[in-house]
Amino acid sequence: MIRRMAIGALVVLVVVALIWAIAAIAPRLPVRSQPAAASPATAPAAPGAERRITATLYYVSEDGLSLPGVQREVAFGDSIGEQARRIVEAQLADAPRPYASAVPAGTSLRALFIGERGEAFVDLGGEIRTKHSGGSLAEIFTTYAIVNALTVNLPAITRVQILIDGKEVDTLAGHVDLRHPLQKNLKWTELQTDNDK
Amino acid sequence: MAGQEMFALDDLARLFNVTVREDAAAGGLTVTAGTQTIVLSAGQSLASVSGRLVSLPAPPVREGRTWYVPVDFVPRALALAVGGKVELRKPSRLILVGDIRVPRIVGRIEPLGNLARLTVDVSPATPHTVTQEGTRLTVRFEADGLDAALPATTSPDFIANVRPGDGPATIAIDLGPRFSSFRTVDTPGDRGTSRLVIDVIAQTTEPQPSPSTPTPTPTPTAPQVPETPPLIDLAPAGTLRAIVIDAGHGGAEEGAKGPGGALEKQVTLSVARRLKAALESRLGLRVILTRDGDTTIGLDERAAVANNNKADLFVSLHANASPRAAISGAQVFYLSLDEYGDAAERAAHTESESLPVFGGGSRDIELILWDMAQARYIKESAALAQSVEASLRQRIPMNARAIQQAPFRVLVGANMPAVLVEMGFITNPGQEKQLQSDEFQNQIVQSLVESITRFRDAHSGSHQAGGR
Repeated sequence: MIRRMAIGALVVLVVVALIWAIAAIAPRLPVRSQPAAASPATAPAAPGAERRITATLYYVSEDGLSLPGVQREVAFGDSIGEQARRIVEAQLADAPRPYASAVPAGTSLRALFIGERGEAFVDLGGEIRTKHSGGSLAEIFTTYAIVNALTVNLPAITRVQILIDGKEVDTLAGHVDLRHPLQKNLKWTELQTDNDK
Repeated sequence: MAGQEMFALDDLARLFNVTVREDAAAGGLTVTAGTQTIVLSAGQSLASVSGRLVSLPAPPVREGRTWYVPVDFVPRALALAVGGKVELRKPSRLILVGDIRVPRIVGRIEPLGNLARLTVDVSPATPHTVTQEGTRLTVRFEADGLDAALPATTSPDFIANVRPGDGPATIAIDLGPRFSSFRTVDTPGDRGTSRLVIDVIAQTTEPQPSPSTPTPTPTPTAPQVPETPPLIDLAPAGTLRAIVIDAGHGGAEEGAKGPGGALEKQVTLSVARRLKAALESRLGLRVILTRDGDTTIGLDERAAVANNNKADLFVSLHANASPRAAISGAQVFYLSLDEYGDAAERAAHTESESLPVFGGGSRDIELILWDMAQARYIKESAALAQSVEASLRQRIPMNARAIQQAPFRVLVGANMPAVLVEMGFITNPGQEKQLQSDEFQNQIVQSLVESITRFRDAHSGSHQAGGR
């Protein structure tokens, strides 16, 4: 009887210790704990060096038909907002070979907010519109490179709305409806051979 | 003149820009057209055209200072000398010069009990459409003019009048008080002619052969013209009547740009105009363009044009772009609803509501969430996209992603089946040239006319708010 109580107390103690540990550590590592599920997180580098995480970013394939995800190192952000900003900045930068960027070169990130219901509002500079090539497929790829980069790497972000120069917009270049936050869409990431719909 | 119709030679000289010299000593005339010479002799029913003799029904005649030649001088002698096509139509006193299309139209009207039949023989066979505009039928021929002998009416209750229409190649049929519906059929005739039969039908207490039952399709290539040809009902309830063609971009919004400088907005407008002409003349549809010039038009406005005109279909034309110059091929898009969440679901299942009306009673009113109007037509839009893709595939290169769904702003508000066609990649140098060429544009137009016809045939009689 006493032995059974002792085991019970020990189990309770372990559970309490675990809860304390999670509560104490989690707020300090809000971002790293999330992408770990989607992609293997890299260990933080030695103290003093810039910490980085591995994230999946999206680029135009060599044949131009798809928007595959590519594993890349992205600067570590202290909060989910900060991490989201780092991911978008990396997505806006040049594409690694042999891919092409889906976003016009020189597009700037003005601001990024995260709403209470998991919507990220990504405020981009006007270059994304003025330098955009137009065309439905190019515009779909631009849009979903940004939407997927955030929603895939940061599961806390469920939907993404792109703003331009601080304002809500109809479209980037006349096609994709940007008036509402968009959710992750992975159908463009690879070309299915069969009935591709 | 002596049983012969004659032309004054001076008038012909002016018309055909030839010179006439009189050789008084030889009693003859010389007509010079460029390097060709026609020699006529007084009293002889012969003319020599650069050494080749042709016969005339009568010799040239002098009256005062003017020489006259038989009318047949024009097709038999003058035509040879001036080159090109010169056609004389004696009954209608017409001389046709050059390659213009002026078909001969001869009509007659027969009363046939409960209908009046207007039979029109067209020579040579010329494509045409028959459309109803209020109490008038308009027959439009693809021609530069008409040489028409129109009949006086014998059944004024059905056909009040047959007269030349507003255009140079149209005939207007004013309908009488008993008119209820009409049907037409075309049959090929002898030697390149064709016969168009228009039956103007009165309202009867007995039902007509039900328009909802599929009319057996006549075989237009039947070698013999049957006495009573099977008739197609061209205007049953529920078929396509109006279509909106949206030339993508325009004005300040140039759209995508090719490496050689071609602009998407120019390509889309060019194809839209061709498509309008083809749909109007071949299917008799009312076609509205969202823009017919280089103007900036909002995306909302484009869908509004379609909705306000109660169009049955909406087709938006575009040219694609990619950072990869090699990618090519056409894509057909219809709306994807996933991105719109619950709003789409609600819009797709909007039911009509019964509202009280002035004077008692009630009326069913459909409440449509305008912003999401397309949600109710996704199935039909998918069918239209498949039809368009299948026709395009016959004629132009298709992309590996040929049919796609996307949350496109211009489609979501359209209250009818709607597709967006990316005709090719303007960023691909080869496709840039194609997109600007007449031949490629005509192939697209042909594909779209064919697919819209097929869509119409598959959906006739059942075209209603679909997707439910």
